[in-house]
Amino acid sequence: MRLLIKNGRVVDPQNGIDEIQDLLIDGGVVQSVGKNLDAADAEIIDATGKIVAPGLVDLHVHFREPGLEYKEDIETGSRAAAKGGVTTVVCMPNTSPVIDNAPLVQYVMNRGKEVGLINVLTCGCISKEQKSGELAEIGELKAAGAVGISDDGRPVLSSSLMRKALEYAKMFEIPVLSHCEDLELVDGGSMNEGYMSTYLGLRGIPKAAESVAVTRDILIAEEVDGRLHICHVSTKNAIEAIRAAKKRGVKLTAETAPHYFSLTDKACDGFNTNAKMNPPLRDEEDVKAVIEGLMDGTLDAIATDHAPHHRDEKELEFDLASNGIVGLETSLGLGVTYLVKTGKLTMSQLIEKMSVNPAKIINFDRGSLAVGKVADVVIFDPDKEYQVCVDTFASKGKNSPYDGFNLYGQVETTITAGKIVYQRNEK
Amino acid sequence: MKHLLGLKNVSATEIQEILDEAFRMKREVLEGSKKDNCLSGKSVITLFFENSTRTRLSFELASKYLGATAANIAASGSSVAKGETLIDTAKTIDQMAADAIIIRHSSSGAPHLIAEYTNASIINAGDGMNEHPTQALLDMMTMQEKKGSLKGLRVAIVGDVKHSRVARSNIYGLKAMGADVVLAGPSTLMPAELERLGVPAYYDVEKAIQGADVVMGLRIQLERQKKGLFPSVREYHKYFGVNEARMQLAAPDAILMHPGPVNRGVELSADIIDGDRSVIGEQVTNGVCVRMAVLNLLAGNKK
Repeated sequence: MRLLIKNGRVVDPQNGIDEIQDLLIDGGVVQSVGKNLDAADAEIIDATGKIVAPGLVDLHVHFREPGLEYKEDIETGSRAAAKGGVTTVVCMPNTSPVIDNAPLVQYVMNRGKEVGLINVLTCGCISKEQKSGELAEIGELKAAGAVGISDDGRPVLSSSLMRKALEYAKMFEIPVLSHCEDLELVDGGSMNEGYMSTYLGLRGIPKAAESVAVTRDILIAEEVDGRLHICHVSTKNAIEAIRAAKKRGVKLTAETAPHYFSLTDKACDGFNTNAKMNPPLRDEEDVKAVIEGLMDGTLDAIATDHAPHHRDEKELEFDLASNGIVGLETSLGLGVTYLVKTGKLTMSQLIEKMSVNPAKIINFDRGSLAVGKVADVVIFDPDKEYQVCVDTFASKGKNSPYDGFNLYGQVETTITAGKIVYQRNEK
Repeated sequence: MKHLLGLKNVSATEIQEILDEAFRMKREVLEGSKKDNCLSGKSVITLFFENSTRTRLSFELASKYLGATAANIAASGSSVAKGETLIDTAKTIDQMAADAIIIRHSSSGAPHLIAEYTNASIINAGDGMNEHPTQALLDMMTMQEKKGSLKGLRVAIVGDVKHSRVARSNIYGLKAMGADVVLAGPSTLMPAELERLGVPAYYDVEKAIQGADVVMGLRIQLERQKKGLFPSVREYHKYFGVNEARMQLAAPDAILMHPGPVNRGVELSADIIDGDRSVIGEQVTNGVCVRMAVLNLLAGNKK
């Protein structure tokens, strides 16, 4: 099938393109990009006034399969991704059982292919059973298709094991995605430590719980020349540590999540469990630092940490409620609204953070609309305001703090390998 | 007012209304008439997820003095450990036509959560480190009784402010009423960015007590020492314990308060607990009166 996307503003930072052009897709790949393209038998998508960009790549999602399908599964997660313009995801391995062996990696990838909406990739674990004891079989995980290793959800407690992981993973050219958290400093906290935790009487999580762990991993990676990627960065001091390390030439990349540049811990007021996640929402100073980190390249990527939970896990006392929010269906809108509309990033830079750079981090050939590349494409409207409504989410998880928010950047069409996997219906 | 979840956003007028009602209740109680009927035909349930003797008994007597049908539920541990969610527990009680549910829970925000799912009036009897509004109300009643107006009164609160819901409710209530609150305690037991609540905090207990009209000790949980928050009870008492010499720094007619139960010789020295300035006993009496007032205002027939 041939698809011709007409008159859209093609934003393809990898190839230095940001102008009104047509895009012709044939056989699942980009066949040509240019003005006034014509293709007699092609299906036409009119993208006038819309942006046409490479499909988004989300380095950090929880699709919960196997084992926790009551929260989300690979099918509903894929649909949520498609609806959010995300054509590639990297699943975190803290499923049940955890993905610490090759057959489980294959299972996730096969399920993703069966569903057939987007590219479902996965991380394998760093340690067996995510217990911070022995290394998982990282070579086999990679051979089975894992694009990174991570004990996400649980920090690697042992500094020595982290060092071995970074050394060993280097051989297989697979990045170590680190969830940086010093659990001793967390000490039972359930939100950011600061005025709001004092005001709500909730135990605070100090910012150092993140920055100490980030610093540890950077220093280890530097020493062993390992390939480190820091997940969901939320604090100013962690960003400064990453910035300094990059200046020294450490092979380091880092991501943040949309909630860390669009919300502060004020969202927890009223004991709002949909504003509870880990790392927690921080304060204005950190939000500012996250935005600056995105602007100067300290933070390479925006990943959602899409963490669906059942409502029974959120309709609880704040300190007992599960950590995490869904993000796939709001990430682009939050990026457009809080970064592009505010003039912090250009549209092209936003696409770099949400597609080009994350693809590079996992060495996956996406994030480009060059001729011959697989045609993963998102078409969205940068200028029309829309309202977020969690009830319309394709994800099983409705746990979002953005319900009722007005955003720009609504996804119109999502295309994976030349196939339309999401088309917004006009109401 | 439908619920009493805290004093965070309660106005001075509302607080004074409760205190006036509490003084009226006190006259009735002291006259020996403990059979007001303003809660007759009403049911009041105490739902306590934490151990308590005085608060629970105080609420129970308050409801009985007002003619309510009172019942107690002592739920051990968290709702999760019990296998039923807090919301389900609260809904079940609500279905039995409860008019008021008095809840104490180790999680901050637990009363706010159940208030969304029940018809009954919810009264917070202490939630985590958040609030303990009836304690602050009885404290303010006692201060008003002894000192007249709360406006301009200097109140020094000393101890483990970080973990104290009593301190928080007092800060909110006293500030609304125009009192000057100062705090003192070890740096490890002070919450983050406390100054943004608009109350100065000192590590020097003597500075805080200087010229105070009211000195309030907070209970220190001795297990905090095991968690490394202070080195020893001995050192705690040395630097933060209130004793006679320190009370001398307060205003000549200053009163001494404590929410109880007191660790004798830790927060307060024994001589001042039993001394003339101590109003700890009256706080307990006023506790019943304040709870009668709150119950009547929220759930009573004579609203």
